[in-house]
Amino acid sequence: MFNIGVSMLRAIVGLAFGAGVGFLLGLFSGLSKIGEEFLDATLQMIRAVPFIALTPLFILWYGVGETPKILIVAFATYFPMYIATASAVRNVDRKVVEAAKTFGIHGPRLVKEVIVPLATPQILTGLSLSMVFSVLALVAGEQISSQNGLGFLFAQSQAYGRNFEVFTCILLYACMGLVAATFVNILQRFLLRWRKGVAVR
Amino acid sequence: MSDPMVIVRGVRQSFDDRVVLANLDLTIHHGEFVALVGASGSGKTTLTRLLSGLQAPDAGEILVPEKCTTVFQEPRLVQSSRVWQNVVIGLQKGSATKDLALKALDEVGLSEQAHAWPATLSGGEAQRVAIARALVRRPQLLLLDEPLGALDALTRLNMQALLSTLCAKYQPATLLVTHDVDEALLLADRVLVLISGTIAHEVIVESPRPRSMSKALEIQRLNILSLLGVITAGTIE
Repeated sequence: MFNIGVSMLRAIVGLAFGAGVGFLLGLFSGLSKIGEEFLDATLQMIRAVPFIALTPLFILWYGVGETPKILIVAFATYFPMYIATASAVRNVDRKVVEAAKTFGIHGPRLVKEVIVPLATPQILTGLSLSMVFSVLALVAGEQISSQNGLGFLFAQSQAYGRNFEVFTCILLYACMGLVAATFVNILQRFLLRWRKGVAVR
Repeated sequence: MSDPMVIVRGVRQSFDDRVVLANLDLTIHHGEFVALVGASGSGKTTLTRLLSGLQAPDAGEILVPEKCTTVFQEPRLVQSSRVWQNVVIGLQKGSATKDLALKALDEVGLSEQAHAWPATLSGGEAQRVAIARALVRRPQLLLLDEPLGALDALTRLNMQALLSTLCAKYQPATLLVTHDVDEALLLADRVLVLISGTIAHEVIVESPRPRSMSKALEIQRLNILSLLGVITAGTIE
């Protein structure tokens, strides 16, 4: 039980960090030409590096504490959020944005009250992808350098040939995925009430 | 009707090589309702974009009042905000009260839909919200860019009456851009005919309001249609 808690906490903190950064970078890149020129190529390059390859590096830099694990999760989760936010923001109906401008809404207010709410459906898709990646990254991070957590338990069970525990771990990962999906579902219900009449379903 | 609200002088606008507006002059006075008719592609929409500040002209001078609002052909509501929030979206935080929104919605007959989401409204209802949103700011200049163009014929007649009443009540300087000559004649004090980027003709409409299609208006209608190059079959005895 303790191991599950530790893993969940790592996943959540790492995800909050990664998805937060991804969201902000996505906004910047989606809203301004300069942002896109500046960020897009760089982020695409960084994305091409598999996060597993960074595990040894993070351990060298930050030791075997919590920091490298959270960083790995963050590193694995920022990109889906970034790409979803950037394209969602770019695809917001230009006519509506134009209309809002003629009514005197500019700058941060325009982003907060018009652009981000209208982009939310796609942003949530990015978030759910990020959540999947957070669990994935956690498995890798915890198996290599941990004294606790689900990944640690997994590696131990495998080393001592305890089939039952291996199965339990796999099942627990699946449950974490389900929890993540439910969370996004609740968010969608709450944030996308306005889409009832627009969406197919 | 003495103080001018809009002054446009020598405005020129082209896209690539195509000249859309060529040396256009226009003055609209306080409380005056001006209609602008023209064929498709004659530069009507470009002119409203220039007036609303969405675009700067290549050359020329445009003076518009600070409080200027637009009703577009599509309602262009923010789908993620409720109807009443859409109405007061352009107002400062402090003055954007629900009370004000309800009053404005009441004027367009939609106070019962205040809490609905825009996606659940019909085309005519959504456009009435857009009108409420434009008028709630008490604009000095109201730009109507084919606001009834996408509505069905029956709804359009009701909306014409509504626009007429509301404009008479609040007296903004109004520019109605339309391709519907009847609509222009029923609503406007002055009808301008835009041909290849300049105002080619001006027709003063003097019939008392509320108007219906009288013989005098019919003559003006045929006159404008022939200016626009439409060949009409009927003649007036």
